[in-house]
Amino acid sequence: MRSVGWREFVITRLIRAAGYSSILFVGMIFIFLLREGAPAVVEIPFDTLFSERWYPIEDYFGILPLIGGSILVTIGAAVVAVPIGLATAIFIAEVAPRWLREILKPFVELLGGLPSVLLGFLGILVMAPLIRTTLNIPTGLTAFTGSLLLGGIAIPTIVSVAEDALDAVPRTYRDAALAMGATEWQTIWRVTLPAARSGVLTAIMLGIGRALGETMTVMMVTGNAPVLPLSPMALFEPARTMTATIAAEMGEVANGSVHYHSLFLIGIVLFLISLVINLAAASVVFRQRKRAERVLS
Amino acid sequence: MIDIATIRKRAKRRKRTQRIGFSTLAMVTLITMVPIAMVVIYVFIQGLPAISWEFLTEQPREGMRAGGILPAIVGTFWLTLGTAVISVPLGVGAAIYLAEYASDNRWTRIIRVAIINLAGIPSVVYGLFGLGLFVLFLNFGTSILAGSLTLSIMTLPVIISTTEEALRAVPSSFRVVSISLGGTRWQTIRRIVLPQALPGIITGVILGLERAAGETAPILFTAAAFFLPRMPGSIFDATMALPYHLFVISTQVPGMPVKIQYGTALVLLVFVLGMNLIATLIRSRSRARRQW
Repeated sequence: MRSVGWREFVITRLIRAAGYSSILFVGMIFIFLLREGAPAVVEIPFDTLFSERWYPIEDYFGILPLIGGSILVTIGAAVVAVPIGLATAIFIAEVAPRWLREILKPFVELLGGLPSVLLGFLGILVMAPLIRTTLNIPTGLTAFTGSLLLGGIAIPTIVSVAEDALDAVPRTYRDAALAMGATEWQTIWRVTLPAARSGVLTAIMLGIGRALGETMTVMMVTGNAPVLPLSPMALFEPARTMTATIAAEMGEVANGSVHYHSLFLIGIVLFLISLVINLAAASVVFRQRKRAERVLS
Repeated sequence: MIDIATIRKRAKRRKRTQRIGFSTLAMVTLITMVPIAMVVIYVFIQGLPAISWEFLTEQPREGMRAGGILPAIVGTFWLTLGTAVISVPLGVGAAIYLAEYASDNRWTRIIRVAIINLAGIPSVVYGLFGLGLFVLFLNFGTSILAGSLTLSIMTLPVIISTTEEALRAVPSSFRVVSISLGGTRWQTIRRIVLPQALPGIITGVILGLERAAGETAPILFTAAAFFLPRMPGSIFDATMALPYHLFVISTQVPGMPVKIQYGTALVLLVFVLGMNLIATLIRSRSRARRQW
């Protein structure tokens, strides 16, 4: 009996350690980004950092065009992915018969699993030429191309999270609406969707977070020109995101140089943005759970 | 006063709205699904002519413009295996803690928030972290070890959340019976809960590893070699990898034959698709067999 107790003790400790490891990792990621990125704040003058020019070879470290590029491409992706993703989620959760659901769900999961480098590759070879000829612009490698592909990448996230949220709405809500004489269509819009709104909101936020953090696809298809987008027409010109800048330039910099530190600084910005998005998503999830508990008790 | 005819008319209009609405939703869903199918079919059609025994088993030659892609295939295999070795025990352990041990207190909530955040951190930021911690600080160099560690932390949230879901799906009566027969908590988990949840856990693990196998950004500065025409000798060697190789030959090498590009894309797709298919099969089979 003693050996059982001893083993139980060790294993319980190990499992607890594994459980807490996630906190450790988030902390370590932040610490190591800070360790390598913080010197940039001292090394780069403030007005250089917030200028419109990113050209590290001549010591121009303006991160505004990169932030602008990320925002431009992400908004484009959201415009594509949010309506399509939500419509697909509603169709799968509320309209499609069971057998179709069983086919569609793994299919969406498959899209989520396609490597982003593969989509970038097809973007270069198939989509960019198509966009160049149909829109009659000098190059097909534009923010627009990136937005379309990023939209495709964000869709599975939006679909699966929103579909879960719709699925979690109690059957009785729908039954009550239908019994009052509402059509299924009305039930979806006036009962089910409002009841699932916090989950749907989470889905949209996580989808946007996914698009913002995507690296390989945008690096391959957006043309990589660090220009501050000032008009909507910038969508049809080359752009460059924060993620793509890190991926493209980190391989060529000397460890410990100003350029190296500045790339980690961009990493910190990305980390903080994703932290805000995910904390917001998490708070929605927890609030919803609390409300559900209140309703049930 | 509303007469019957008006009511009928309204009902008809509502029906029509619903029909139009449902068709629109179906159409949009189709718009999502068709490109996925097209991507898969297109890569198969374009890539199949490049696939040969030579392509799969030989070293690249002539600046990667000829020969095979064996080092990239082997590299992705080792990176995926390394990721599995690290992330599976850690992820399953964390899921067991959350599902079986943790009480609903502030610390548990912090753990959950941390997991949600890990899931949302951009893959290239994982690459930076891996460079800072594993490659430079711990001095592993650009290596399979550093790449696997980086990919493991990125994969953790997927494995934790799917495993926890699988554990929670096991009815609590199973645990009650085991404990009442004198089993300890760990014995109950080890002998009763884990075997029941195993198919769900395996599915989650494979889906997590599938993502790791296809990722490029986290290994860019931690493991990947541009061109290394030999097999990695140890876990401290850098390695070629399929996704990075596809990136290199589609953007960095001028005059690259399209055939080899599509061939590489196809091998990567089959790698990922195969894992996805296995996961889906395990899940549907275990669902069909489940007795509770």
